[in-house]
Amino acid sequence: MSTGSLWIVLLGTSLFCFVLKLLGHVVPERWFANARLQRINALIPISLLSALVVAQGLVTKTHVVVDHRLVGLFAALAALVARAPFPVVVVIAAVSSAVVYHWH
Amino acid sequence: MPALVRSTLRDALSVSLTVGAYGVAFGAASVAAGFSTLQTCLFSLLTFTGASQFAAVGVVASGGVVTSAIAAATMLGTRNALYAVQMAPLLQVRGARRVFAAHVTIDESTGVALSQASLGTSAMRQGFWLTGLGVYLFWNLFTLLGALGASALGNPASWGLDAAVPAAFLGLVWPRLETNFLRVVAGVSMVFALVVTPWLPAGLPIITTALVAVIFGWRAR
Repeated sequence: MSTGSLWIVLLGTSLFCFVLKLLGHVVPERWFANARLQRINALIPISLLSALVVAQGLVTKTHVVVDHRLVGLFAALAALVARAPFPVVVVIAAVSSAVVYHWH
Repeated sequence: MPALVRSTLRDALSVSLTVGAYGVAFGAASVAAGFSTLQTCLFSLLTFTGASQFAAVGVVASGGVVTSAIAAATMLGTRNALYAVQMAPLLQVRGARRVFAAHVTIDESTGVALSQASLGTSAMRQGFWLTGLGVYLFWNLFTLLGALGASALGNPASWGLDAAVPAAFLGLVWPRLETNFLRVVAGVSMVFALVVTPWLPAGLPIITTALVAVIFGWRAR
């Protein structure tokens, strides 16, 4: 992505995220009272973050690819199951993936 | 200004430090995605909502277009609007203070504020502000460290950075999977994203996965 595009991503993301935060502070509470909207909204982070896990761990461009990253991902999963704190999870994933990457 | 509630301060500090440390992962992921150190720091200063920041750089890293990156980040940012709706009556602020309050309305400030409910309104307000500002400070500090670290490392794959990013997403979604229903939503979302990957331009599979949330959230359960 070009530098200009990266700036647009940065500024666009910042603008929209701030507007959303401010919106909640200024509009009447009933605007957000819809139960369906709240249910969907609660699930959005789970869906999107889950999609990002596979999009980053198993995809290269538009292809599903199994490589060293998957080893890192499984190591991270094991660390999470073992209740490791977030920074440890990330480091374990990085180290195991890097080892496979070099050894391969 | 009422006296500081010590237990609230302790809660706010521990959350700020722990969550702030995630900033290292963001800083590294952002630089690995092609953002400069300056852009990476501005991300944390201006966007200041971790999941959205990770999503934006994640979509860029996977080759997505500008609109996909912004859309994914914005969708993840909608929950902050709902937090704000809960926080506004508690904080009762106007003008510039409302703008600052909005900027630090995130998972953690809202969470700590709500968790102080048994200590009264004053402790809840302190929880919100102390956590909001504390996370802001540490998140930005650690973002800079992560960005500088990643810039010094070079090839992301060589240091496992390309696996650290999906692992970070896994670490972000993991604590949210409190019920079997939520685990099913996560599983279906992963499968859905993989199945549509070959058919859609890069980046789009991520935002179309919001459909899974719409379908599962449509009916009351």
